[in-house]
Amino acid sequence: MSHQKSAIKKIRATGAMREVMGEYFAELDEARKTGSEKIAWCTSVGPAELLRSFGFLVYFPENHGALLGASRMAADLIPAATAAGYSPEICSYLTSDVGSYLSKSTPLTRAFGMESVPKADVLVYNTNQCRDVQDWLGFYEREWGVPMLGVQTPRSVDDLNAAIVGGLIEQHKALIPHLEEISGQGFDIDRLREVMASSHRCTQLWRKVLRLAEHQPSPITFFDATIHMGPAVVLRGDERAERYYEILIAELEGRIADGVGAVDDESLRFYWEGMPVWGKLRDHAEQFAGQRVCVVASTYCNSWIFDALACEDPFEGMARAYTEIFIVRSEEFKQRYMESMVRDYAIDGIIFHDAKTCPNNSNNRYGLPLRLRERIGTPFVVIDGDLNDLRLYSEEQARTQFEALVEQLQEQPV
Amino acid sequence: MEIHSADPLFCGVDVGASSTKLVLVDGDREVRGRSIRRSGVDYAATARACLAEALDEAGAEVGQVRRTVSTGYGRRNVDFSDDARTELSCHGVGCYHHFPRAITIVDIGCQDNKIIRLDESGRRVDFKMNRKCAAGTGAFLEEIALRLDIEPDELERLASSTTEVVRLNSFCTVFASTEILAHLRRGEPLAGLIRGAFASVVNRVAEMDRLGGEVVLTGGVVAHNPTTAEIFAEKVDGEVKVPPHPQFTGALGAALTALAQAGQSQEENNA
Repeated sequence: MSHQKSAIKKIRATGAMREVMGEYFAELDEARKTGSEKIAWCTSVGPAELLRSFGFLVYFPENHGALLGASRMAADLIPAATAAGYSPEICSYLTSDVGSYLSKSTPLTRAFGMESVPKADVLVYNTNQCRDVQDWLGFYEREWGVPMLGVQTPRSVDDLNAAIVGGLIEQHKALIPHLEEISGQGFDIDRLREVMASSHRCTQLWRKVLRLAEHQPSPITFFDATIHMGPAVVLRGDERAERYYEILIAELEGRIADGVGAVDDESLRFYWEGMPVWGKLRDHAEQFAGQRVCVVASTYCNSWIFDALACEDPFEGMARAYTEIFIVRSEEFKQRYMESMVRDYAIDGIIFHDAKTCPNNSNNRYGLPLRLRERIGTPFVVIDGDLNDLRLYSEEQARTQFEALVEQLQEQPV
Repeated sequence: MEIHSADPLFCGVDVGASSTKLVLVDGDREVRGRSIRRSGVDYAATARACLAEALDEAGAEVGQVRRTVSTGYGRRNVDFSDDARTELSCHGVGCYHHFPRAITIVDIGCQDNKIIRLDESGRRVDFKMNRKCAAGTGAFLEEIALRLDIEPDELERLASSTTEVVRLNSFCTVFASTEILAHLRRGEPLAGLIRGAFASVVNRVAEMDRLGGEVVLTGGVVAHNPTTAEIFAEKVDGEVKVPPHPQFTGALGAALTALAQAGQSQEENNA
């Protein structure tokens, strides 16, 4: 049987990234086995900086969710969560993760030699993304009898005003006595400032990685970025993440200097709005590359850029940084944001992914695609799918729509 | 494929989820032969059988076929195809051949629906496909025929025999079938229920987009059930047209694309 040559170009820095991620999980696994260090579970845009300042190793269940999706284990594990009373219509990160726990099966075993996820000493969420994260950690709160703390963030925020920021500052400060008790360490604002400074440097480097895709041809695709964002997600506030992005940036700048694009003969540039379809990441990357399309920008990968972490007052910095992100914002803000992205990255077409179980990351549902097209004329398609539950993804319809959008942009009337 | 210099033909084959349609056109864009078969499980064999039938109708030989373009879900499975284009592209080309002006095409197929907008020059400016759901597709009507144990061809006769519409509320194909059975138990007339099922298909399609202007209806559902076009015309503001052989517009568009590609190739050779 013959195999077609892959159109995907490998990024050499991937090896360095695997080492960094391997170290991160090895530390968690060591702590899991020996209890040498306390472990905090934190939602992806939760107060990780604050937790690190208390010396916690921070574990991100959403990263595990993405691994469950990318490894295609999710579809086999979700039914276990459904049988335990979790609807298949709620977040499939949640259901695949809970199913993974109940089935005692994790992709961390194959990827990093871990027998199981590391048990938490404390569970900390921020509802800036959705309510599901609270319910997700709530499962483990009941399962393990460990404390759960959280920050409740308003949603659909247009003007991030002083009242909202003030409330969030108070919520973050209210976590401190609990974290002092659980960690056994007193709060150290200087340590928090150090972690936040590192986190901010990481975020700036990650922004630079993504902004290099403005170059034509782009040295990196959205599909590459979803993989290489790993250190920015799990190790922000840790200098190893910074060092990794310096390596990655050097390689991408080298591609630009050599005139090498991530996609050969890049002819069209697309924007991906919404979550990746993790189990189809490679297929999508291959299809677009095969059609000489580079998906150069996304909302998703930009969600780990936190400018406000540089704020003088670290509590105001956290309050602003975790609330400024796209997912928290109003439809008007989202439209303005996407307009600027389409302009900056010279976008020819937009893919909206309507992820069935992730309404907050599905921005096609309130008329945004049509409003955007009316204002800036960018054609779009909406694909039905999901981040993890491939039963909700229509392969042929998605492939046909991608192909048809490319045809539409390229073909002449017959 | 062997090329004969005389009387060249151009082939379009649309391998759909339910049926495979094939059209042969000549250099003057005239249809010389067409064929349709159930797609079955061996798409390549079905396409070849369609080609043989269409050639027979045209009184032509396979060597006269200069170029073939395939489309539809099985477009990559046609082993004699020179190029594959999406059905969005080919339905646009096929409809523009009949209605050469700005139009909105609504194709209701077995597995999916499409709305395609063309500008005055025939350029596609927008398209939409239905969500991952059989509601509003030919599969919905096939399922209902199956549950009621009636031949699919009977649906049109029943729906056209009445003006009464029994409204179906279920969005889901499976639940709609169950709902029809409940209506029958209450003594509702079968014909009104089938017309209600047609209306349900039309409603699902009409909600995909704002429709207006000149609307061209294509696809197997309209071909086999002309009453759906009648119901559609009541539903939308614009003028509703149905081209000749509405199930073949995708295959026709593919054949015309093959002709255009052959012309481009010829021009390049002459340059």
